Amino acid sequence: MDNSKSKTWSIVLTMGFTLGLIGISGMVLSDDDDEYEGKGRWSQSRLDVASVDNAFYKEECGSCHFPYQPGLLPARSWQRLMGGLEDHFAENAELDAADARQLTVYLTENAADTSNYKRSLGINRSLSKNDVPLRISSTRYFKRKHHELPARMVKGNPQVRSFSNCELCHTQAAQGFYNERQVKVPGYADWDD
Amino acid sequence: MKTGAEMLRKGLLILLVTVPLASQASVVDEQLAGYRSNGAGPFNVQKGEQLWQQEVVNAKDGRARSCTTCHGNDLRSMGKHIKTGKAIEPLSPAVNAERLSSAKKIRKWFKRNCKWTWGRECTPQEKGDLLSFMRNQ
Repeated sequence: MDNSKSKTWSIVLTMGFTLGLIGISGMVLSDDDDEYEGKGRWSQSRLDVASVDNAFYKEECGSCHFPYQPGLLPARSWQRLMGGLEDHFAENAELDAADARQLTVYLTENAADTSNYKRSLGINRSLSKNDVPLRISSTRYFKRKHHELPARMVKGNPQVRSFSNCELCHTQAAQGFYNERQVKVPGYADWDD
Repeated sequence: MKTGAEMLRKGLLILLVTVPLASQASVVDEQLAGYRSNGAGPFNVQKGEQLWQQEVVNAKDGRARSCTTCHGNDLRSMGKHIKTGKAIEPLSPAVNAERLSSAKKIRKWFKRNCKWTWGRECTPQEKGDLLSFMRNQ
């Protein structure tokens, strides 16, 4: 009786220990999960960046391209970008003044330099004060996170074409997840860095 | 003999089908009236079709652009953005009830797309001709 009880316990403990080990090794092995974010705190959420909760933004910006979370660029970048919509990466994306103002408020109030989410902190830290990047992909943080990708998988990949199409590889980008475990590069099913 | 519920259902169905069409018609008619009050008109479907095809060489990239570059020749089919590759829903109100149903969207996209395609804003006459062509597809 006692014997079988202690056997059960030892099985439970072994399983628990093993699962714990798997968990720890997962954290250690993946290169950008659960990073320490400095300033004496760990990032506050499982989300990498605050998700978009603004229907007007989703409609106006998301009808042409992936609605990038405001936390992916600092406020000064959003301000410059919204001030030049008539030449928006060689497209005309003009809005009437009231709509542009409303969207600028949303973008700047939720920008990378006002957010505690881990990608926002990372992006913001990688910029110097005078940097005003208009492309998320031109930030040092972004480049560091994507440097291992050969051109053929993104630019030269007809199913991806550009780093601007976040959601094509980051399968849960729309929900604010950019974890590498959720990455699936179209046409490269077995690829793993 | 029809029950009250059946008749109600039929009535609702008719309402659901005709209300969007009616609002579309009135939105387009209001736009056309606005162009006329700016001295444009009468508007012509064939002229609109010519404008739809009209190519202008872009000053920056040296390539010809027209409405068809992204929307294609057949307004009842999907289009594809020349640069981003993004799918564009059909423009024809007959197959896509959302099209031409918002005055604000008509204004927004005429402004953006005339500038992108022809490098300038369209005149009220051109907009009227194009809108007459589009609603007819």
